[in-house]
Amino acid sequence: MTKTAPVQHREPEVDATLEPETPWVTIVWNDPVNLMSYVAYVFRTYFGYTEAKATELMMAVHHEGKAVVSSGSREQMERHVQAMHEFGLWATLQKDT
Amino acid sequence: MKPFRRRRRGGPVATFEPGEAHLLVNLSRQLVELLRDRNGADEADADPLAAQLGLGGPSEPPDDPVLQRLLPDAYRDDAGEAGEFRRFTERSLTSTKVGNAETLIASLVDAGLDPQPTADPRGQAPVEVELTPDAVQAWLRSLTDIRLAVAVRLGIEDESDLEIVAHSDDEAVVAMSEIYDWLGYVQESLVTSLD
Repeated sequence: MTKTAPVQHREPEVDATLEPETPWVTIVWNDPVNLMSYVAYVFRTYFGYTEAKATELMMAVHHEGKAVVSSGSREQMERHVQAMHEFGLWATLQKDT
Repeated sequence: MKPFRRRRRGGPVATFEPGEAHLLVNLSRQLVELLRDRNGADEADADPLAAQLGLGGPSEPPDDPVLQRLLPDAYRDDAGEAGEFRRFTERSLTSTKVGNAETLIASLVDAGLDPQPTADPRGQAPVEVELTPDAVQAWLRSLTDIRLAVAVRLGIEDESDLEIVAHSDDEAVVAMSEIYDWLGYVQESLVTSLD
């Protein structure tokens, strides 16, 4: 969201609170090191995805170079990215486009 | 080495030859040293409260390419946001990684390994480790960190580099690439044992 100019901050700010927040996404990037079994394990155990969903996301990372693995608030995505970095996966967050 | 397998009751069990166990300890120690160097520079003059809250870490990415991979930017195209996120979170991430590596070392020492760097592995007994659920998580993460570190040092940037280093003319590179493969084998056996 963009910031509003001070002179007209009242009205736009009220509007802004009614707008749904732009979703943010967590992206996991491919690397040649992490084992496919491990990446699927992380998606299954950390995000609670089914084996099928976790495998699908892992394959997307592997073949397409990256995959969106979660979306939600910016704070949630920051937590996920930090967790992925603890697992040794290469993850970033950004506004959904 | 007997790779990780699941016992009917209890956690995953693996048996390492003394030389293999020493190798794991040495690689873990190198990782700890590298991470501590990163955290240590600021620790001396850090505000204790800020440090306790995990604030006041570095906002610039590390220079060392291994640390860059272990502590990557959370924002890809926004250095400002990446720096701010790093300032609030990097120290905690680094400490977590140090803790995982220390858990890995402790598992081997608790299982009977003489952790002295000078200890002669010849004549020592094989080391059988059985991992608790917490230790499993620490081993998975730390084996990943160690493999990432070795891969960066070997210059592995994409899948085709794996073949190149395996067939290098440099014996040291081939030896390290064999260690890298072996670490992958250990980790794969651990992941598979959890199914």
